[in-house]
Amino acid sequence: MNEIWAGIQEAFWLIIILDSDLIEITVRSLKVSFTALVVASALALPFGTWLAIRRFRYRRVTIAALNALMGLPPVVVGLIVYLLLSRSGPFGVLGLLFTPTAMIVAQVIIITPLIASITHQAMRELWSEYHDLLISLNTSKRQRVAALIWDGRRTLMTAALAGFGRAIGEVGAIMIVGGNIDHATRVLTTAIALETGKGDFALALGLGFVLIALTLVVNLAIHALSRTEREGTW
Amino acid sequence: MIRFIFAVLIVFSTQVQAETMRLAATTSFNNSGLSDVLLPAIRMDTGLDVQLLIVGTGQAIRLGEAGDVDAILVHSKTAEAAFVAAGFGTHRRNIMYNDFVIIGPRSDPAKISEAESAVGAIQLIFEARNSFVSRGDDSGTHKKELALWSAAVLDPRHFGPWYKAVGAGMGASLNSASGLNSYIMADRASWLNFGNKGALELLFSGDPMLFNQYAYIVVNPDRHNHVNIQAARRLEQWLLSARAKSIINNYKINGVALFTFNGSP
Amino acid sequence: MVNYPISFSLDSVSVKRRGKSVLGPLSLDFKVDGFTIVLGPNGAGKTTFLKVLHGVERVSYGTVKWSIPDAKARQSQAYVFQSPIMLRRSVRQNLAYPLQLVGMDRAEITTRVVEWAQKIGLQDVLDFPAPRLSGGEQQKLALGRALIRTPQVLFLDEPCANLDGRSTREIEELLKNATQAGTHIIMTTHDLGQARRLAGRVLFFLNGALHEQGNASEFFIAPSTSEARAFLNGDIIE
Repeated sequence: MNEIWAGIQEAFWLIIILDSDLIEITVRSLKVSFTALVVASALALPFGTWLAIRRFRYRRVTIAALNALMGLPPVVVGLIVYLLLSRSGPFGVLGLLFTPTAMIVAQVIIITPLIASITHQAMRELWSEYHDLLISLNTSKRQRVAALIWDGRRTLMTAALAGFGRAIGEVGAIMIVGGNIDHATRVLTTAIALETGKGDFALALGLGFVLIALTLVVNLAIHALSRTEREGTW
Repeated sequence: MIRFIFAVLIVFSTQVQAETMRLAATTSFNNSGLSDVLLPAIRMDTGLDVQLLIVGTGQAIRLGEAGDVDAILVHSKTAEAAFVAAGFGTHRRNIMYNDFVIIGPRSDPAKISEAESAVGAIQLIFEARNSFVSRGDDSGTHKKELALWSAAVLDPRHFGPWYKAVGAGMGASLNSASGLNSYIMADRASWLNFGNKGALELLFSGDPMLFNQYAYIVVNPDRHNHVNIQAARRLEQWLLSARAKSIINNYKINGVALFTFNGSP
Repeated sequence: MVNYPISFSLDSVSVKRRGKSVLGPLSLDFKVDGFTIVLGPNGAGKTTFLKVLHGVERVSYGTVKWSIPDAKARQSQAYVFQSPIMLRRSVRQNLAYPLQLVGMDRAEITTRVVEWAQKIGLQDVLDFPAPRLSGGEQQKLALGRALIRTPQVLFLDEPCANLDGRSTREIEELLKNATQAGTHIIMTTHDLGQARRLAGRVLFFLNGALHEQGNASEFFIAPSTSEARAFLNGDIIE
């Protein structure tokens, strides 16, 4: 218990003096997860919307597959990406293994189904609400998608934030494909795993507090967004 | 759209490749704290940014075979010899050595501090069925531990639940041993640098069988022509230099030197 | 707006939902002129008839043809649904939306939006979120949004079904103005009083079939069929 308490005190100290390791690791975490979020959203938002308004034969199957992909264990994704990116693997020539890019790739694969699924759900609801009106106004497909995305923007942001939350807290996949290299691919979660394993609780707790704070901010943002949705402002 | 994404990815990856090389090194090398001292010196003297992948010897060897790293620093002579013989590395170079020690609870229920040899000590642990933590990760340390059991004509595969294979690095394994108040075999350097000793103590050491040699092997460019061979050879030269010798021999914790340099250029 | 004759023609149109016939088979040639009321008890197929004319619902069999080429047909029409569909935006943005769709320039959109907001009496709540308006205000907004492109044909499906007397009067006023401005109206209602007030022509539906049609005055004074007579009498007919 004493060790843990001492660890907590040291952790606060590291945060207060803005310890350089702490900062570097935090910034890298944010860069990796935020980039993954941008790429995943660029893929998932249009796809989820398109899936909501398009009628085609394999629609049910696609939706079921999407929900199944959401349940993919992240560490398995890490394993698969590792095998693909290794020099002896099919994409080895890109030299991406053990770089932040590999971590971004893994996180994109993990969070895209989640964002797409939430998007699809929200857009489907909105589409059934707007359906008759948008047809009556003789809108083109593109105009319909634009209207849905704009009016559903708060839910889409919520979907994106959910994806970000999942990404920033992930540890299994990015440990495998990133290698947790000091000053290169070490991020909040992998550093916490490493330091805890070594019994060095001060830095681990400091990083843990930062991670908790980030997660809280994300959740508060989601909460604020759903409130403005209900009140119809913005 | 796909092409755009690919372009972005490639820009991201090439940013890291300027004057860097990848070295797979053992957890015991890192847990001793020596890498934290060596890497900055390497950067200063050679301009190389060595990216360290901390893995067990077994995984380091596999990374070398796959060509995912440029060189490896491991401590298992048989595995190294096989690696070179199969053509994955051109040659192995001794760099430094230290020894393994057996750690255990202060109360020493198996009384191994009175043992005459390492094999004897390990036999006592077996007979007392005392809690023992094994690396279990195909690392150099793990292989040495298995060699001890083998010399005592014992097979860990038939051991009961007192034998705990954690499948983790040196630091993490020590942490588990500390939490479980267990016996464990570790390299002296990692033990001395370990910060969570709890009620554990160094109970046995000194047997020649516990000799622990670290070697550096460059990955063979004929097998993988993308290997950063210039950088890997430069690092090799540096590791055999007088400067490396002085840093390694002078790396002490509580006045105790952890490694002894024995490289020959 | 030039007032030239518009007509539509239904050829053996039938609409089936879950195996049950909801409308038809129906063949009808009709010239759209002035105010046409579609009358009939609940479930007679009035709403389906309107939706099929406008193209918001698909026919199971048969064809619907307008005298204007198909591509332009829907664009010159507008529809007010029984439950007003509000975009999750402000009143101003709801009114502007149909104009943005056709690429009208910003300045003109602003003028028209303000003009129509005043016509429908919502000029004080222009920046209020539409979904939070009252039922009557929403229906007026839907009507304003429908008329803002000056359609040639305006469909309305029981627009005053859930409204109080005052809102009903306001809407009927707007409709009369629209007719005077040249918009033809096809409207369903089961409010006989409203039908009598507004109708120029009547289409009487029963059980998915067109039972009777004709001039409003003739229909209300001397309907031809006994069912129509019973309906006007206030009886329940099956």
